[in-house]
Amino acid sequence: MIDLWKKTEQGIRRTKDAWLGRMSRLFEGEALEQEAWEELEEALIAADVGLDTTQKLLTQVKEKARRQALTNTSQLRQTLMTEMISILQVDGQRAASTPSGLAVILVVGVNGVGKTTSIAKLAYALRQEGKGVIIAAGDTFRAAAIDQLKVWGQRLGVTVIANRPGADPGAVVFDAITAAKARGADVLIVDTAGRLHTKYHLMEELKKIQRVVTRAEASCQGLLVLDATTGQNGLIQARHFAETVGIDGIFLAKLDGTAKGGIVLAICDQLNIPILYIGTGEGVEDMAPFDAQRFVEVLFS
Amino acid sequence: MLVGLQGSGKTTTAAKLALHLKQKGQRPFMVATDVRRPAAIAQLTTLGQQIDIPVYGEGNSPQVIAKGALKRAKEWGAHWVIVDTGGRLHIDEPLMSELSELKKELRPNDVLLVADAMTGQDAVRAAEEFQAKVGLTGLILTKLDGDARGGAALSIRSVTGVPIKFIGTGEKTDSLEPFYPDRLASRILGMGDVLTLIEKAEATMDAKRAQELEEKMRRATFDLEDFLEQLRQVKKMGSLTQWLDMLPGFSSLTRRIPQEAFDDKAMKKVEAIILSMTPRERHMPQIIDGSRRRRIARGSGTTPQDINQLLNQFRQAQKLMKDLSRGRQRGLLSLFR
Repeated sequence: MIDLWKKTEQGIRRTKDAWLGRMSRLFEGEALEQEAWEELEEALIAADVGLDTTQKLLTQVKEKARRQALTNTSQLRQTLMTEMISILQVDGQRAASTPSGLAVILVVGVNGVGKTTSIAKLAYALRQEGKGVIIAAGDTFRAAAIDQLKVWGQRLGVTVIANRPGADPGAVVFDAITAAKARGADVLIVDTAGRLHTKYHLMEELKKIQRVVTRAEASCQGLLVLDATTGQNGLIQARHFAETVGIDGIFLAKLDGTAKGGIVLAICDQLNIPILYIGTGEGVEDMAPFDAQRFVEVLFS
Repeated sequence: MLVGLQGSGKTTTAAKLALHLKQKGQRPFMVATDVRRPAAIAQLTTLGQQIDIPVYGEGNSPQVIAKGALKRAKEWGAHWVIVDTGGRLHIDEPLMSELSELKKELRPNDVLLVADAMTGQDAVRAAEEFQAKVGLTGLILTKLDGDARGGAALSIRSVTGVPIKFIGTGEKTDSLEPFYPDRLASRILGMGDVLTLIEKAEATMDAKRAQELEEKMRRATFDLEDFLEQLRQVKKMGSLTQWLDMLPGFSSLTRRIPQEAFDDKAMKKVEAIILSMTPRERHMPQIIDGSRRRRIARGSGTTPQDINQLLNQFRQAQKLMKDLSRGRQRGLLSLFR
């Protein structure tokens, strides 16, 4: 796990340079002047944290600073870090096994966030833990989506259950559950077609897939893949998907760029959905479990 | 040449652009150079088959593919060569220089940055880097069919200084529209997009047929057959939710109304009922008695109550039209009661 974090740190460092490096510098002076507060606010907003959560964070830090008579900038910095960590620490669990022995992870998200690549990473990590993994190719809509998943399956040595393009995703999932049970697999990861959260019929289709899973008496965990470069729309996406299928956790992908991924603070704060994993590259090893403490520490280091 | 971050929609946009050109009578040719993402070339090939446009993707490096593609495209007599490239991060030095090498090889007329409308504040930085390292001539903004306002477009446009040429508004290959700044401005400000709505109405409504209908309405000879026709034309314009989104002040409202309220099912039901009637019944609904009602209900999978409801609605609509044609203001008011 430590090795994974090392790799990840490189990714997050770049994020830091872009975002909190600027904030760190703000803390180098002696006392935080009004101007500095404003600059801090600007930095948080530019990181896609969003207005509401930024205001909340700053109010809390200011309040604590006043009550505990903190004037020293390093104390204020510590306070801000603590506040950010407490927002990011949402209680969540990774896929748990059920009596039937099969845990199903339903991977959802809008188009182009990196669902398929994230699934490959997740399957690889679970395999490393010694779990039996099967993948269901539930994206029967996008051209060559099934082929893409099959290539990953071959590389990882993971079975991919697929049907022909255009087939009913519910049927694919049904077949995959049957196969997973027959082979005694521990986890079934279900890929789904990217869909905009505003498309009613596509969101209904997700509900149907979920019904197929619950009828088969397998536990169903909703994993939302979110692109770290997404802006405030990410919050709306998370809300819609959570209302439709229930989201138990978020996979924050593409954190290796300069994108700040600040939207996760807004999501944790307002929707109380835990960030479970972060993705930081195109390779299967470029993933790590999310650690709020570590995440914030690396950002500030 | 299409460039951009991973997942911004380059491959889908390549196919949309090719189809757009083909519909204008041009001969487009597509090239797949994304050798890294699994099945990326297969994706473009599949799309090419769907819209009947050739795709070239032979070779193990983007440059090799590009060289072969240009040769093949010339032989084939292509007017346009659309080159899809692999998604990459703007800070990935090796991949960015691969892109500028590819550009040297292709010497493209246009280098278009494909950007996701849902992108956040970081869009500016990415666009800046693509502009500095590769050089851009235009932008295509994708996924505008969601509820993202596309405000990042403003930033991207201003840092790159190049125009937005097209916007992507759906997953299908025909969902590409030329860009109109005033419409996006309205959208960013939440003022709706009335112009697009009007254009859609004009494109789907048959002008001659509309005139006929109007005539019938005025003479109050409007029957269920015409009613069905009108329904179908409305349906062609897309879902009611889509409509409302384009109306000023409605975009925030539609999110609060339960989606079921806009269910197309109600419309399908009406269609099924009318289609289960004989032409005579459609023309003279007053002849529909209990036995006919039961037959229609069985035929359309509905209940006699549903049919009563539809007939009542139709009678009211007919009465309203009569009133309107006589110029009674009262009729108009009853519409809003």
